[in-house]
Formats: sequence, structure tokens, C-alpha cells
Amino acid sequence: MTETLFSNLAIFVLSLLVGFEVISKIPSTLHTPMMSGANAIHGVVIAGAIAIAAAANTPAGYILTFIAALFASANVFGGYVVTDRMLRMFTPAAAPPSLTASVPAAIKPGKSS
Amino acid sequence: MTPFAFIVGVFYLAAAVFFVVGLHQMRTPRTARRGNLISAGGMIIAVGATLVYAIALSNSHPLGWIALAAGVILGGGFGIVRSRSVKMTDIPQLVSLFNAVGGGAAAAIAFADFLSRDVSAGLTPTTSVPVVLDVIIGSVSLSGSLIAAGKLQGVIPGQPIQFPGARVLNVVVVLIALGAGAATILLPASWPLLLVVLIASVLFGVLMVLPIGGADAPVVVSLLNAFTGLAVAMAGFVIDNQAMIIAGALVGAAGTILTLQMAKAMNRSVLTIMLGGFGTGDGAEVTPGTSTTANVREVTADDVGLQLAYARHVIIVPGYGLAASQAQHEVAELAKLLTDHGIDVKYAIHPVAGRMPGHMNVLLAEANVPYTQMLQLEEANPAFDTCDVALVVGANDVTNPAARRPGNAVSGMPILDVDHAKSVVVVKRSMSPGYAGIPNELFSLPQTGMLFDDAKKALGDITLSVKQYVTT
Repeated sequence: MTETLFSNLAIFVLSLLVGFEVISKIPSTLHTPMMSGANAIHGVVIAGAIAIAAAANTPAGYILTFIAALFASANVFGGYVVTDRMLRMFTPAAAPPSLTASVPAAIKPGKSS
Repeated sequence: MTPFAFIVGVFYLAAAVFFVVGLHQMRTPRTARRGNLISAGGMIIAVGATLVYAIALSNSHPLGWIALAAGVILGGGFGIVRSRSVKMTDIPQLVSLFNAVGGGAAAAIAFADFLSRDVSAGLTPTTSVPVVLDVIIGSVSLSGSLIAAGKLQGVIPGQPIQFPGARVLNVVVVLIALGAGAATILLPASWPLLLVVLIASVLFGVLMVLPIGGADAPVVVSLLNAFTGLAVAMAGFVIDNQAMIIAGALVGAAGTILTLQMAKAMNRSVLTIMLGGFGTGDGAEVTPGTSTTANVREVTADDVGLQLAYARHVIIVPGYGLAASQAQHEVAELAKLLTDHGIDVKYAIHPVAGRMPGHMNVLLAEANVPYTQMLQLEEANPAFDTCDVALVVGANDVTNPAARRPGNAVSGMPILDVDHAKSVVVVKRSMSPGYAGIPNELFSLPQTGMLFDDAKKALGDITLSVKQYVTT
């Protein structure tokens, strides 16, 4: 019992450290998609909903399973879909007519967005 | 450990690797989308392994599985439909809503696990402590995030809501939650006590977020994101699921980092934000111009158009006002017109612009602004030195040069060095001070021109004017 707890605690603490390390490298440009993506990751709570479904055998158990499943799936499906929607919009410049570009850039009618 | 459990554990480890690699790929816009898909792959592995293991070992009534399936279909359906239809300006509410349901699910899991155990002999602290922590954090996250989402959506007033005795009530509620929690751990376990913990924690979540102003939303959403992550990790302890512990810890770290960064960028401590009541929230623009207007030079849209048409380097500084008047498409149109005529246009984006960390970047990306034009604070500041025109739209405190001096409300706040530009144009409705409540010294500098108008209308007028000067 305590052995499991200890290894779980170790996993928890090390994951926190990995999280700090990885997340602090993410630029502020991407903070919203990153938070939304992290949101999707905590949708893994659906695994917990499955676990309590497997153990449920009372009315209270069924109700809590339903609530947990409802909440967790909204979280996990919605989280990944909305993050992907946001990240799809982040595009690099399509041939930016910068100052180094030659004069015709000014003559070309703007490409419609 | 049975061989079966070992194999499931290996799958969880693989899922954790996918999560970390996925997050790691989010460090550049180029690889970010792939990162999210990798993370989704990890999710499929973790959920798949859990499902196989649970079905194989289950001795439950089919009703449990029916309840699960019903919840997944309804919840998943809602999540997908809502995510596809949500407007980009409403992303913060949706993120907050997902925080709420994640926390709620974690609390429900702990409660269900508690009920399914034989508690007559008492629980060991190794079980009861995570159960209580999970119920407390998960419930606070559930109700707090719902209130935050309501404030962001405008269903609940954005202004800090306070009433006499709120502090006392807060303390009482916390004491009840902690007391009942301690009793659940120390006394022979009983579910009514755990229910008291749950109700008191839900109440605390409401009381915690109500007094926080709408302008502090970025910090609150980040903090509740961290809470939800921790609640999920605690749920992982309760049911001994390593995938949940790892994922929860990663999210907890992400939320914590963002909370600290946001608080720093707003020049506030997390503690003062949580104590609430200081911020003016959405009402900031309401007070009419009372500050000094003596040295202010007013300009017209036509003046600005002329200036921009003959500039070489232009930096646009979008702020909350731009998002509020939904003018991101107008600003992108103006920028595109300028770039098409060989003018270098960049956006300088302060970390707290918008309604959640990095929100402004998403709004601009939606308006087809390439991410290569979006400069973060550190990249933007050197660029102002060579900038001909800085166009400030709806940003205020984050441009106030007074921040470099000690002794005022914005002292020490990281700002954009807009005053280093040769010429500055500020589009704003009035001279009203920003969130910090002090006049912006940028507005009275000799090189600054003020264009008093709504962001959307002003940008449209400027675009028309620029067209006159550049098309022929």
C-alpha cells in the first residue's frame, strides 16, 4: 500500500518538474492554445470515469459514473477539437512582401485573404 | 502486480511520453498543431488501455457501462459541437468551462470510489487523504470555473461582487471544508461528512471568484486550470491510475507557470488578485475623461492614414479594447494593405492582451495575420527603436512609460516601449485611465497623436485614408 503510494508520489513530483520545464519554454504567442491543449490533457480524467463504471453497482454509483463520464468527455473531446481549431489558424506569412522584396510588390493587387 | 496490470502500466507510460512530447512541440507555432495531435494520440492510448483493463476485470452491473456510454455520448457530443461553433473571442469562457467539468469529474470519481469501498473498517490515510483533497480541489475548480466562465460570458457582472461579511463567510466555509475533511480522514469514514466537504468546497469556489474583477480573468482562468490539473492527479492517486497522475501534474505545472507569468505581467501578486475587490474589471472605460488633457494632440483618421502610407516600419499594439470592439479583422485589413505596399508591419503583443494569456494572438491568427508578424514583449521592444509609426489600438497601461519610474501604480510592470517610436498614434474612445487608474504619460508626449473613436470605426477610416495615398 505505502509502496504504491510512494511510487505514485515520485511519479507526481517528477511529472510536475517535467511540466515546469516543458511549459516554461512555450512562447506567450501560443499560451492560449497551450492552455487549451493542457485542458484537453486533463480530460484523461475519463480514464477515472471508466474505472468507476467498472466498479459501480449501486444507484449512487451509476449516477456518479454518468456525471463523471458526461463531464470528462465534454472536457476531452471539446478540448482537443478546439485546440486543433485554434492551431490550424496559426500560419506563417504567405510570401511577405517585405522591404527586401522588389518594387512590384507595390503594384501587385493584394491577394485576397 | 499482475502481468496484465504491468502491460497497462506500459501503455500509460507510452501515453505520458506522448503528452510530454506533444506539449514540447507546442513551443513553436510551426509544430504546435502536430503537438496537439500527438497528445491526442497519447489520450487514445491511455483511454484504450484503461477500457480494456476495466472490461476484463469488471464484475459490475451492465448499468454502470450504460451510464458511462450515455455520459460519453452526451458529454462528447456537447464538447465537439461547442468547440466547433465557439467564436474565438469566446475561447476563454470555453476553456474555463472545460476546467469546470474536468474538476467536477475528478470530484465525482473520488466520491464514487469512496462509496464503493467497504468503509466499516475505516480507511487508511493513503486512500482517505487523496479522496478528501480531490473532492476539495475538484469542487472548488468546478464552481469557481463556472463563475469565471459566467463573468467572461457576461451572464454574471464582470465587476467584483462583494457584500458585507463576505470575508467572514469565506473563512467559515473554508473552516467547514477543512474540518469535515479532517473528520473524514480521522474518524470512521462516512459519506455524509464527505458530502459536507463537497458542498462547502463548491461554495468556497463561488465565493472565491465572485469578488474578482473581469480584468483579472486571465490570472483566474490560469489558476483554476492548475487546480483542475491537481484534482485530476489526486483522482489518479485515489484509483491508482498513473496516466491520470502524470497528466494532472503536467497540467498543474502549466497552470501554475501561466498564473505566475500573468500576475507578473499585470504587476499584481496572485494573492492580491485572489483577495479581490481591487480591480475595476470591465467598467474601466466607463469613467469619462477626467485626467489632464492639456498637452494632448488630437489627430484625424486622415492624418494617421497619411503618416502610415509614408512610413517604412509600423508596429501595431493591440489591446483589450481591440478585442472588445471585435476589430481584429479591421486591423488585419489595414496591416495587409500596408504590407502589400511594401511597408513592414508587425504586431507587438503584451502577454496579458485579450482575456486570457495569449488570447490576442489567437484573435489575430483568426483574422489571417501570420504568426511571423506577431512579436512578443521581448522581441517587440528593440523593434520600437527603428519604428516610424506605432499604432496603439485599445491598449493602455501596458504602454505607460511611468512604469519605468518607481512610486506609482504601474511601477515595475513590464511594458511595451511604444514611446521609443518616432511617432505614436493612439486610438482610444476617451482619455479615461486604464485598469491601474492613473493617466498614461504616453498620451501627452510630443510625438503622440490621439484619435478618439471606437477601434473598429477608426481602423476602417484609417484604411480608407491610406488607400487614397497608396493606390495611385
